[in-house]
Amino acid sequence: MHVRSAIHFALAALALAALPFLAAPSAVADDTSDPVADARAFQKYFTEKFPKLKLEDFVNGPYSMNEDMHRQWEEKEQFPPYEFSVEMGKEMFAKPFKNGKSYADCFPNGGVGIRQNYPYFDDKEGKVITLELALNRCREANDEAPFSYVKDEMAALTAYMAFTSRGKPFDIKIPNDPRALQAYQNGKRYFYTRRGQLNFSCATCHVQSPGERIRAEVLAPALGLMNAMPIYRSEWSGMGTTSRRFTTCNSQIRGVPLDPQADEYRDLEYYLSYVSNGLPISGPGARP
Amino acid sequence: MSKSMRIFTLALASVLLIAGAASVPAASSEADFKAAYAAAEAANKEAGSLRNQWTVTAAALAAAKKAADAGDFDQAVAQSKEAEALAKASIYQATSEKELWKTLEIR
Repeated sequence: MHVRSAIHFALAALALAALPFLAAPSAVADDTSDPVADARAFQKYFTEKFPKLKLEDFVNGPYSMNEDMHRQWEEKEQFPPYEFSVEMGKEMFAKPFKNGKSYADCFPNGGVGIRQNYPYFDDKEGKVITLELALNRCREANDEAPFSYVKDEMAALTAYMAFTSRGKPFDIKIPNDPRALQAYQNGKRYFYTRRGQLNFSCATCHVQSPGERIRAEVLAPALGLMNAMPIYRSEWSGMGTTSRRFTTCNSQIRGVPLDPQADEYRDLEYYLSYVSNGLPISGPGARP
Repeated sequence: MSKSMRIFTLALASVLLIAGAASVPAASSEADFKAAYAAAEAANKEAGSLRNQWTVTAAALAAAKKAADAGDFDQAVAQSKEAEALAKASIYQATSEKELWKTLEIR
């Protein structure tokens, strides 16, 4: 009897000791690697969190989050602060390079109405190509110096290209190529990974807290975030590209930003754009 | 013990107490700074290889260098140690997040 009790006790102790190991896999579940299911779950999360919002309204970021802000946005749209940037981009786009060619020669459909297809996965290079990267590559291929990824010229060009694509639903493709799926996965991992001294991930603000205030700012939902790029931000008193948004997000949480258009940022843009597939391009946007 | 004797003893004890409290470890040397700074830089480099450096680490390293340039090696060592601790925290963060990020994922 004593022996049996001892065995029972030992087994119970073993089971208790093994519990954390058994529990660990369910606490950090295996990743699914299923972009279609991811996008469905992503959009469901936000539409359930904000049941009054139509799906297409998410592209208006913080201005979709409450009535007061929505009114502000409607008034802003009377004289949109990004208008100058669109005009500048239009002129730049039309002006030929020194060799006589132009941006239109580098893009399908002459670069008009194609924003919704960027970023895309390039199977030759095996990497994600963003619109900003494609624009600078176009310049370099035509013996022009590349623009800064975070300054006004790049913002103007992308603003014009977004403007000609307004209303077209994001249509990001993940081809049947393990490298493309890996790039998507890397972007997803980057999005959810906490970094910086403040220990924030992109998701901390844009998944867990959209509509909440962080100091005076109302946080935008991650759904539709890329659709509005580039943006005029009152806080910046100027335009900002996707590159500018990513790098400043990193430094705001006290992380050292990577170089604009680093692989991580390209993959992040790929992931974030893919999960907003079906939502219309609204860029260029205006933000507080 | 007379009253004046008691006052004297009390005063002496206070002086000794204050002197004890004010005593500081030996001042840091340039060599101490160099060792502390090298350790901090190595940790920050490792954080860089994990693509997860923190801005505050860079700020502490810069402050350490500035203090050393001014000849204040106590401050330079203190800032270097601060930088090393921050860099180690960023390494810990990057390492633990390799799996932990999945807990935040929308499924």
